[in-house]
Amino acid sequence: MNTRETILTRIRTAVAQAPEVPEPARDYLPSHTPNNPQILLDLLAENLTDYRAIVHHTHEDNLPDLLNQLLSAHGSQTVLVPPGLPEHWLQASNAQQIEDSSTHTPHDLDTVDSVVTGCALAIAETGTLVLDASPDQGRRRITLIPDHHICIVRTPDQIIASLPQAMPRLDPTRPLTWISGPSATSDIELDRVEGVHGPRTLEVILLSATPQPGDQR
Amino acid sequence: MSGTYLGMPSFPVAAREAVNNPTLRANLRHATHTIRAKRAVAVAELADWALLREAGKQIKDRTLRHLDTLLVELEEKVTAAGGVVHWAADAEEANRIVTELVVATGEREVVKVKSMATQEIGLNEALEAAGIAAYETDLAELIVQLGQDRPSHILVPAIHRNRGEIRDIFATTMGEWGRPAPDDLTDSPAALAEAARLHLREKFLRAKVGISGANFMVAETGTLVVLESEGNGRMCLTLPETLISVVGIEKVIPSWRDLEVFLQTLPRSSTAERMNPYTSTWTGTTDSDGPKAFHLVLLDNGRTNTLADEVGRQALRCIRCSACLNVCPVYERAGGHAYGSVYPGPIGAILSPQLRGTQSDIDASLPYASSLCGACYEVCPVAIDIPEVLVHLREQVAEKGGKGHRLEKTAMKAAGWILNHPAALGAGERLASKTRKLHPHKVPGASAWTDSRDLPALPEQPFRDWWKKNRT
Ligand code: SF4
Repeated sequence: MNTRETILTRIRTAVAQAPEVPEPARDYLPSHTPNNPQILLDLLAENLTDYRAIVHHTHEDNLPDLLNQLLSAHGSQTVLVPPGLPEHWLQASNAQQIEDSSTHTPHDLDTVDSVVTGCALAIAETGTLVLDASPDQGRRRITLIPDHHICIVRTPDQIIASLPQAMPRLDPTRPLTWISGPSATSDIELDRVEGVHGPRTLEVILLSATPQPGDQR
Repeated sequence: MSGTYLGMPSFPVAAREAVNNPTLRANLRHATHTIRAKRAVAVAELADWALLREAGKQIKDRTLRHLDTLLVELEEKVTAAGGVVHWAADAEEANRIVTELVVATGEREVVKVKSMATQEIGLNEALEAAGIAAYETDLAELIVQLGQDRPSHILVPAIHRNRGEIRDIFATTMGEWGRPAPDDLTDSPAALAEAARLHLREKFLRAKVGISGANFMVAETGTLVVLESEGNGRMCLTLPETLISVVGIEKVIPSWRDLEVFLQTLPRSSTAERMNPYTSTWTGTTDSDGPKAFHLVLLDNGRTNTLADEVGRQALRCIRCSACLNVCPVYERAGGHAYGSVYPGPIGAILSPQLRGTQSDIDASLPYASSLCGACYEVCPVAIDIPEVLVHLREQVAEKGGKGHRLEKTAMKAAGWILNHPAALGAGERLASKTRKLHPHKVPGASAWTDSRDLPALPEQPFRDWWKKNRT
């Protein structure tokens, strides 16, 4: 018998006498938050900030200016761009745009200052951005190696209240990266330190189609 | 399990040493108290915690009942997505498979994501014997590896080290493994993390082979899931050309949807966060994104024996959150090393003797490394009744040759938890069973163990009464 068969046989013998177990009861809450776009937006911003991401609010027309401002403030000379990022987003920026390509080595990516991406969705209750490697997000590694990540969330469409509401909207056959705040460690006396291996700075732009009170330029 | 732990003294002997080390006790105390207070807050945010806990328990129980079908389904889905599945009956077989896979790539070094399974089988040592260097990339694991030490906690393996000790380890040993620490390295956590960043980055960028475990494997889709904080996991999972994941067979869950339960309970129970900074999921391989080759090694190594035990099989529900360690008065005193296993604390006390059998002194002593106070059960996000399994294992050890009574007396005494009097143990047992009946799905909170003195407040009245009357 090969190992596979050995293990499967051992399992069958082990549970042969065990009673049948019913389907799990899923009476936990589908969401902990009222389904109100403004409440979800505020909660997402609050939770992202709580985990040391820097949050900005803006609308379509102002996005290029805001991106230019954020990249300049960070002193970024170069910015990684996934293939499907809307072109006009970076039209106001002077930073040299480097297109994401599979020919780049990890060392190449290590010399780039910033990366700008969209996302698949954002979960308000946990302050989480989910990237699914769609064209506006690119390969998983591009949001990991540069030290500065700017992620754009389209509001209200891409904001989901809770994990149970997010799961059916995600495609498990795609590689997913869930990001909740910048890279962090608490391994030394439980003091939280940002940015051990991933980006030390995570900026999130909550983007609406039309101007909203509180928008930044 | 790992050869690293062969020849370990029994729990009482190891615990006695730990109890007499004031630095270790202070480090442990600070860490466990901090985490458990934060955890209580994170858990209290969710009004439906008890229901999530119950759902998690039921999903895992159903998984274990149908483990054979789910593993076959997983294998099918992983294969269809471009991965290769291997089966390993024990540590030796798993190590052989992984070593052969690495050798076939022609590489002589690998980067590793923190993984209990690979520690359990002693993979680093096996690779080393084959001339392959395995670099741990989790900051805490790096501290442990550079210090030629052993992990002492599931979540924060270097919990027993303070910043001064870590600075000294980095300053003296980093250079031997790669990029040395800067000359002016201080003991501030930020400076230490920066030194680790630079030291490891050169390894990540050139790595051709990555080795990981997984927190979950989804049978329905063939998806593997890793939760982490630092980004070292993402580095190892996406930069190398070959990825090898070694995962215990009990880590499978039936459906994608099931993740909605565990992604709520695991981060809150372990790091007390709403969500950990990074979670990665991958299904086989993806064209020009991440590794070109993916191998999944499904590990038994005693799990099917555990599954065969009606009472003990619930230990396989464990999602390794480590919450039970942080509330355990015995762990707090004895430290993780005393358990002589990669799985320390209450879960280690029931899992290790089941995975390895109870022939050795250390394994026979583990079921006695507990006061049976029940705090571990209350805090467990998948409701593993650890006290029940401990009592069950004690019976088995006692039946095998009567070491039990002696161990019962010495284990608690060694841990500085003077419950060697049979009546104390009796009171503890009664308390545990009573609590279980009264609050089957009690929401865990900060109330149980919030005392700040050296000896924690005892949780319930009858036990406390007994203590007052008898402590002289
Ligand atoms: S036994 Fe429960 S509390 Fe302990 S590590 Fe496992 S899941 Fe967490």
